[in-house]
Amino acid sequence: MGIRERLSGNEASATAMKQINPDVVAAFPITPSTEIPQYFSTFVSNGTVDTEFVAVESEHSAMSACIGAEAAGARAMTATSANGLSLMWEMIYIASSLRLPIVMSLVNRAVSGPLNIHNDHSDAMGVRDSGWIQLFSENNQEAYDNLIMAHRIAENKDVLLPLMVCQDGFITSHSIENIELIEDEKVKEFVGKYKPEHYLLNDKEPMAIGPLDLQAYLFEHKKQQAEAMRNAKKVILDVAKDFEKMTGRKYGFFEEYKLDDAEIAIVCMNSTAGTTKYTIDKLREKGIKAGLLKVRVYRPFPAEEIAESLKHLKAVAVLDKADSLNAIGGALYEDVVSGLYQAKATVPTVNYVYGIGGRDTKSDDIEKVFNDLAQIAKEGKVENPYRYLGVRGDK
Amino acid sequence: MSNLIEIRWHGRGGQGAKTASLLLADAAFNTGKYIQGFPEYGPERMGAPITAYNRISDEPITIHSNIYEPDYVVVVDDTLLETVNVTSGLKETGAIIINSTKDGDELKKLLNGYKGDIYKIDARKISMEALGKYFPNTPMLASIVKVSKIMSDEDFLADMMGSFKHKFAKKPEVIDGNMKALELALNQIEKI
Repeated sequence: MGIRERLSGNEASATAMKQINPDVVAAFPITPSTEIPQYFSTFVSNGTVDTEFVAVESEHSAMSACIGAEAAGARAMTATSANGLSLMWEMIYIASSLRLPIVMSLVNRAVSGPLNIHNDHSDAMGVRDSGWIQLFSENNQEAYDNLIMAHRIAENKDVLLPLMVCQDGFITSHSIENIELIEDEKVKEFVGKYKPEHYLLNDKEPMAIGPLDLQAYLFEHKKQQAEAMRNAKKVILDVAKDFEKMTGRKYGFFEEYKLDDAEIAIVCMNSTAGTTKYTIDKLREKGIKAGLLKVRVYRPFPAEEIAESLKHLKAVAVLDKADSLNAIGGALYEDVVSGLYQAKATVPTVNYVYGIGGRDTKSDDIEKVFNDLAQIAKEGKVENPYRYLGVRGDK
Repeated sequence: MSNLIEIRWHGRGGQGAKTASLLLADAAFNTGKYIQGFPEYGPERMGAPITAYNRISDEPITIHSNIYEPDYVVVVDDTLLETVNVTSGLKETGAIIINSTKDGDELKKLLNGYKGDIYKIDARKISMEALGKYFPNTPMLASIVKVSKIMSDEDFLADMMGSFKHKFAKKPEVIDGNMKALELALNQIEKI
């Protein structure tokens, strides 16, 4: 069932927001996410939604308005990219520490500088420890589906954390592709009404939000945030189960593609996972046992589950679309390797920083990684784990 | 994915190559295909070279990179032939379609010895005749449909009628002209 459509990733995200019909959307335009508030403001003007649209003067104000709205008891959403998220930085932490389940569509783009408007994951990686749930999306369909599931996860009383749905700027945000939409009524029923337990506009329960929180309490509050993030794991899976009942589309912490019988595998996120699947199909025709683990839920990070899925492999490559500039390796790589170590799984694992600033990642690039992995599998060791893919001046 | 068709568009900012790629995606979608339509964004400005892409398949499309070995190339502006390597990676089993008034030998000289099929069309003449203005993307769209045989002329025209009615809901007076541009292009495209 569902509705057969063709939409860009931005159109798909705006459509999800239309169907969710949140109480408040506050946003400031920034490439490549601009179209999301642009389309959404049309829905507001046409009366398709009854959302209060706040056309703020900056992203700092966009997040502030979302915080105010959500604290008041409203369901609030926003969209941004790169430097827009950077400008929100202060309020990003306040949103999560006040336990406000705001939902954001983050269209991933390189954070300046120098100035670049194209895709990498440096914006999302910059806030990976800010207490936001982070879901990544391979294509327009997943960006849409993740947004439909977002509020149910974020607003769950065991979670109460803000959530961002990531997709690749331009690569999926501006590419028209097939998509299966869910009927408006079904989305409305699935997402449900927002019923906060505590909120500012409840005159029966006067309260203050965001007061001074010093040595005596802040630590405990931070620990509660950490527990909420752990609780989110179960909730994410529960919501995915209900979503599958409604649509037939199955979601977990990650997707395994031809991983069961694979000997070598790539771990990556967002659109590159699609290119990797395409490459795996080609390699499988030649008898190469290649597989993929595509991370959907990056925060909370499903370390044990990922280690369990990778431990049978002879070699693994983790692809990071952001360089942590830390002389160790990319963020996803460090998380995966630490998961493998904890699980006492000794799989030779190598890191590739790739696609920075919109550098196109071709099927040939992915094939090169698999060729390297075949070599590593043969030798059983990794000489140099922190590598680059597709950069000039690299040996 | 042996049925995958990959198309690369070369145009200049303002000529509608991106729009044409999206309209082609729409038309193929409406025949039940899986599609991708996406531009390569750079520092866009009027007149600068731009590239747009289409993938069309009977099966879901997972690859998300630009297209380096296209089956077809559409050149919306023949002045690009001197500055952009438009046949780069183009399969010799495929074809290139050029909007030009140059003669066949002259065009061949500009194509680095490309051995596949070469088609040309005078999109300016068609556009001026049908619309009274120069919008090359409509004739070029018809040309790629004709050459790639993605769908029949009849299905294509019927589908575009629907698209134009939607796209030009606020200026229906341009629908007939655009339809005429498509029909002229379907008839006038010539193989060199």
